Amino acid sequence: MGSVTATVAPPTDPNVTRWFRTFGAIAASGFRRHATYRQAAVAGVVTNTVFGFLRCYIFLAVAGAAGTVAGYDRAQLGTFVWAGQGLLAVIAIWGWTELADRIRTGEIAADLLRPVHPVTSYLATDLGRAGFASLARLLPPVVIGPFFFDVYLPRQWATLPLFGLSVLLAVVVCFACRYLVNATAYWLEDVRGPMILWTLGSGVLAGLYFPLGFLPGWWEAALRYATPFPSLLQVPLDVLVEREPMPTELSLVGLQAAWAVLLLALCRLVQRRAEHRLVVQGG
Amino acid sequence: MAEPGTRRAYRALLGAQARSQAAYRTSFAVDLVGNMGATVFDVMTVLVLFGVTRELGGFTLRETLVVVGLSSFAFATADLLVGNIERLPRYVRTGLFDAVLVRPLAALPQLLLMDLPLRKVSRAVFGLAVLVFALASAGIDWTPGRVALALVAPPAAVVFFAAVFVTTATVSFYWIDSGELANSVTYGGRDFTSYPVTVYGGWFRALFAYGMGFAFVSYHPALALLGRPDPLGLPAWVGWASPGVALVAAAVAALAWRVGIRHYRSTGS
Repeated sequence: MGSVTATVAPPTDPNVTRWFRTFGAIAASGFRRHATYRQAAVAGVVTNTVFGFLRCYIFLAVAGAAGTVAGYDRAQLGTFVWAGQGLLAVIAIWGWTELADRIRTGEIAADLLRPVHPVTSYLATDLGRAGFASLARLLPPVVIGPFFFDVYLPRQWATLPLFGLSVLLAVVVCFACRYLVNATAYWLEDVRGPMILWTLGSGVLAGLYFPLGFLPGWWEAALRYATPFPSLLQVPLDVLVEREPMPTELSLVGLQAAWAVLLLALCRLVQRRAEHRLVVQGG
Repeated sequence: MAEPGTRRAYRALLGAQARSQAAYRTSFAVDLVGNMGATVFDVMTVLVLFGVTRELGGFTLRETLVVVGLSSFAFATADLLVGNIERLPRYVRTGLFDAVLVRPLAALPQLLLMDLPLRKVSRAVFGLAVLVFALASAGIDWTPGRVALALVAPPAAVVFFAAVFVTTATVSFYWIDSGELANSVTYGGRDFTSYPVTVYGGWFRALFAYGMGFAFVSYHPALALLGRPDPLGLPAWVGWASPGVALVAAAVAALAWRVGIRHYRSTGS
């Protein structure tokens, strides 16, 4: 099941501790790498804040005088928007083309030389990045929002740990989706098409432009079960604002976990198929 | 600018761009569709919101669509013509801007023509379609004055957005990693102008609507076209101020660009 590695024997070491240590080291380097872009983080927070204001005002206008819409009250909408703006950066929904670029330039060959499966090592880097983003990008909007809008604070103690787990799963699901989109570069020379489809589809279907509850009921259900998109933003945010009773929330997070496992397995399968046909030009 | 030699140089730049982009036909077609998709989703979002509410900030769907049409046509067209300037941070960082400056042509038109994104044509056309549909279906009581406004307001809004693109891009002369910062005003402005400003409140509305002038892009012209008094109490003639505001914005952009270029220091790469 391992990856095809050109010179190094695939690791057969059953030592789980060592595997975790490697994974942790790669994740830590991902954290450090992204921690160096501080200007960009500040600029990103400003942008998230502006869009937080815009979306919050718009959704509150939708709630109107009645004060509720699609099962969200005004405070829940506030939390949904501001936490959502931060979460957007934590899952890094847009703009990741590193893998596709490396496939196109042939640098992917260097990744295949490493004794760590590419899916594993990219996932570890991405989790490290997400760790930095939760501090630098999720916290600021969550702190800024309540100064200007009513926000909903979770009432049950179990909500916060469940939200944490849900965010972690959202990062994994988003990573796997981006990996698959990038991996089309193994077959296509130009990944702009899949990339555009992903950029367009992910924002609207994940619940960024509007909570999916604004759609007719069966649409939301169909999106939840048939696509991974709601697992990216909508589910963690619904967990945070306690839109559903706890058992339903648990099953939604379970659904996220199922998507995470399924998509990671798909990533490995795609990677294996790709490696059997990959030709790296030049030297 | 008017010299025939200069004009020929610009035409050569544009022609080279058009040919190179059309060379990869599938990619170009995919880009055409993809770019339109972004604007389609913006308009769809408005429709979805009206699926759960009857009015937004005191405006019905048909009235809001006039605002949306003005905003999406103007933004898409400005994005097509000068939106490319948002690559300026990269040109500054990679040092490509040095090459632009040593050529005997003005820097701004060169940058715009060097990479004119023809794929964004589809977006502008879709924006225009939304605008025309909205104007036709909003039940506007057409007077000669309103016809004139319907013809003047969209180009004025294009000039305004173009000025915003240029002004925000000049920030990268001072702060290289400013790409996202510019987005908050350009794309933020697009979203802001897609809804009646009555939706927003407090200092945020004051800042975006009147501090930066975004209320004159779509909201006030739409009020004048629809013949509605401003719920916020501004007089009716404000709807006609958009060309003036666009000219002021263009002057600010020209000034910011000049000052920015003077300040430019090569990264040395």
